[in-house]
Amino acid sequence: MAPNDVGSTGIGAAVRRREDFRFLTGRGTYTDDINRPNQTHAVLLRSPHAHAEIVAIDAKAAKASPGVVAVFTGEDFKAINGLPCGWLVHGKNNTPMVEPKHPILADGRVRHVGDPVAVVIAETKDQARDAAEKIAVTYKELPAIVDMKAALKGGGTPVHDAAATNLCFDWELGDKAATDAAFAKAAHVTKLDLVNNRLVPNAMEPRAAIGDFDRATGEYTLYTTSQNPHVIRLLMGAFVLGIPEHKLRVVAPDVGGGFGSKIYHYAEEAIVTWAAKQVGRPVKWTSERSEAFMSDAHGRDHVTHVELALDKDGKFLGMRCETLANMGAYLSTFAPCIPTYLHGTLLAGNYATPAIYTNVKAVFTNTVPVDAYRGAGRPEATFQIERLIDKAARELKTDPAELRRKNYIKPDQFPYQTPVALVYDIGNYDATLDQVLKLSDAAGYAQRKAASKAKGKLRGRGIASYIEACGIAPSNVVGSLGARAGLYEAATVRVNPTGNVVVFTGSHSHGQGHETTFAQVVSDMLGIPMEQVEISHGDTNRVPFGMGTYGSRSLAVGGTAIVKSLEKIIAKSKKIAAHMLEAAEADIEFKDGKFTVAGTDKSKTFGEIALAAYVPHKYPLETVEPGLDETSFYDPKNFTFPAGCYVCEVEIDPETGVVEVQSFSAADDFGRIVNPMIVEGQVHGGLVQGIGQALLETCVYDKDGQLQTGSYMDYTMPRAGDVPSFKVAHSVTACTHNPLGVKGCGEAGAIGAPPTVINAIVDALSEYGVTHIDMPATPNRIWKAIQDAKAARH
Amino acid sequence: MPTVNLTVNGKAVSANVESRTLLVNLLRENLALTGTHVGCDTSQCGACVVHVDGQSVKACTMLAVQADGAKVTTIEGLANGDTLHPMQEAFRDNHGLQCGFCTPGMVMSAVCLVKDRPNITEHEVREGLEGNICRCTGYHNIVQAVLAGAKAMGR
Repeated sequence: MAPNDVGSTGIGAAVRRREDFRFLTGRGTYTDDINRPNQTHAVLLRSPHAHAEIVAIDAKAAKASPGVVAVFTGEDFKAINGLPCGWLVHGKNNTPMVEPKHPILADGRVRHVGDPVAVVIAETKDQARDAAEKIAVTYKELPAIVDMKAALKGGGTPVHDAAATNLCFDWELGDKAATDAAFAKAAHVTKLDLVNNRLVPNAMEPRAAIGDFDRATGEYTLYTTSQNPHVIRLLMGAFVLGIPEHKLRVVAPDVGGGFGSKIYHYAEEAIVTWAAKQVGRPVKWTSERSEAFMSDAHGRDHVTHVELALDKDGKFLGMRCETLANMGAYLSTFAPCIPTYLHGTLLAGNYATPAIYTNVKAVFTNTVPVDAYRGAGRPEATFQIERLIDKAARELKTDPAELRRKNYIKPDQFPYQTPVALVYDIGNYDATLDQVLKLSDAAGYAQRKAASKAKGKLRGRGIASYIEACGIAPSNVVGSLGARAGLYEAATVRVNPTGNVVVFTGSHSHGQGHETTFAQVVSDMLGIPMEQVEISHGDTNRVPFGMGTYGSRSLAVGGTAIVKSLEKIIAKSKKIAAHMLEAAEADIEFKDGKFTVAGTDKSKTFGEIALAAYVPHKYPLETVEPGLDETSFYDPKNFTFPAGCYVCEVEIDPETGVVEVQSFSAADDFGRIVNPMIVEGQVHGGLVQGIGQALLETCVYDKDGQLQTGSYMDYTMPRAGDVPSFKVAHSVTACTHNPLGVKGCGEAGAIGAPPTVINAIVDALSEYGVTHIDMPATPNRIWKAIQDAKAARH
Repeated sequence: MPTVNLTVNGKAVSANVESRTLLVNLLRENLALTGTHVGCDTSQCGACVVHVDGQSVKACTMLAVQADGAKVTTIEGLANGDTLHPMQEAFRDNHGLQCGFCTPGMVMSAVCLVKDRPNITEHEVREGLEGNICRCTGYHNIVQAVLAGAKAMGR
């Protein structure tokens, strides 16, 4: 992983991360590491029931408990708005989704295990916890609504009175008539029923929030574990608590992973901010892991029926899908857009399928809200497509890799308009397929299979392609689809008088290494050492604005905003240099940190220009303002479309059903790469979350809505011994519509890995006639599938 | 409240704690050593691993009073000033961390795991890190880092 030849800190170099020193020495500052003077501690009392009416709350004993400062319940929040939803989906016949209030504290009814009922604020966390146990809540239990199919039949008390059959929306995309016509003329139809298992994001840092109120200035400060502090300022300030932006500062310091779960505005943020004013002291809340399981938004949870129509030559004619998507008990911030505009629109995958139709019914249940989790809709789409194609290949007795190749959108077809709204700008899917076949030693597979067999093991090989839409997104487009926000990004590049640079970016970094990658971009464009560049993020009082980090958008959108500001800095610097060098502006060239009069040796360094901008003597003051500080808001022109192809080999012990991932090879096209070391790290991480979904992880509710997987004792997180080392390679087709040519790499692994692993497992089990296995493919499920297949033969 | 006396990162410290106070809370709250993290409630994640008398210990699983008289090293005490411990250096060089939250526990576990084992294998490292969860890196680079750190510590 040696730095390549573009320079040791520029674009393309595997620069070691500047973040690491503080994290490796215990000097990171995460929200829970912050303590405010005179701080109090909040503990939430949460519902033990999935669905119940609150008959009475008796907090007398809690209020009298040692150290207690205050106790608040839903009554105190009755006049306060609920948590807002950021996306309004319209379903069939332009019917708007049902959008019930999501109260800060439960308002007469609890709708999932973990729904907050009361908050205790005390001198210490232990005292708050002790007091919370003394709150007596009388509940009248209601039957829980857990299963989506049953929920849609109605009956009993619905999750929300406004949705009698628990239907949030009934949405469709694509040409149904054309798709049905494609199926009518098909030579072969492949059908599949799938479950995309519910996952719990589980960033290792539990959420935390500290509210502070300054009575002298009327200013609130919220420290929070957020991927997007400006979004929280807007949602909480404008829609919940009515605090104007100029009186509300939101700080997201070092954040220990997000994966989507820290995008959303959560009740606890509003509680500590509001309560800080009520009690006149800072209020701190830190989630315990068990609380995280029942209060962080979950991911996935789709039930799908999908069909593929092929002609006699194996060309895809059409695809149709019916999906039930679980919204949980309330609409989390971006929940409605996940199964719709981030899922339905991706159903073309990498293929030139001419007709696609999908119908998505979103359902309320008495479970934790579901929202974006690494990949967000795209893993669900990819799993459907890639499992379906694999099944078709098996039914047609054709090579799954070649069936994919036959149907890929070819390099000369770009820009490519899919039948599900998106226009792919560029890609080369054959290239990643060729690369992964080589990387995974396709030629040596038969020998490895034989070696496994000799040990009594079943070996399987799975392949899957993926495409994702990243860099979300053009504001006009998302606005027309129901987004209640623009999805641009902002950046200020501030050149200080002595030539060093601070970049204020709205992209928040919580593991992605922006402080390194963004500094490389600045170093490369300005021709100055990286040490002279600082990246500042995560504080609404420092950064002008920001929409934050999610959907693999930081470099494509946030990075482009930085590039736009750097271009303005360079353009202004040229004017200053022209004046200083007594030359025409058009004759000034900028290269390697120097402004030179073309064809001469007359030049000024970047540092000299910076000094002149702040000490403007002999300076063109009539036409150029002093200072060197530029801000840009960049609104993307299109999504970006990273794509790739993965291969996995598994070995299964038929006696126990235990799966071992023997090898995993990933060939990705992320466009141009700024730091290959960081990009590979993102791929590794995504792969393990995807392998985790395929083999280990699942969130289980019982029929009464009790969360069965509420800690790491029950929810299986992937550990080092569960996964192999990876082979990762890249090919490049540069994105056509952003100046860096970048696409995004954060979610790829989590999108491509689940179907790759399941395809490998089904391949291994194919000799028993097994055609599908649900995720997670636990030893129990695999063993049972083998036994069932054996029994069916007898 | 009981008083505990212990040595933390080479310094003698004394604190009054409730008998239910965990070692991790003593470190984070009484001593402001916030490099040791809490990632779960069930002793599963290993974000809180410190060394107690030279052994790696999950600081969420030990009462503060049990550490009375012990020598404790936290992540803050591993480097020599600004010179990183070879294992810390290996994590940086191999991109063995992303968000950094699991990192202190991961590094402290790794140091004990590879002590006197410069030729530890990848399989042994993967098995040996069973008590530490990382959600970001997919472990690939952590394993590379630990192998490199083991070699560097053996020099």
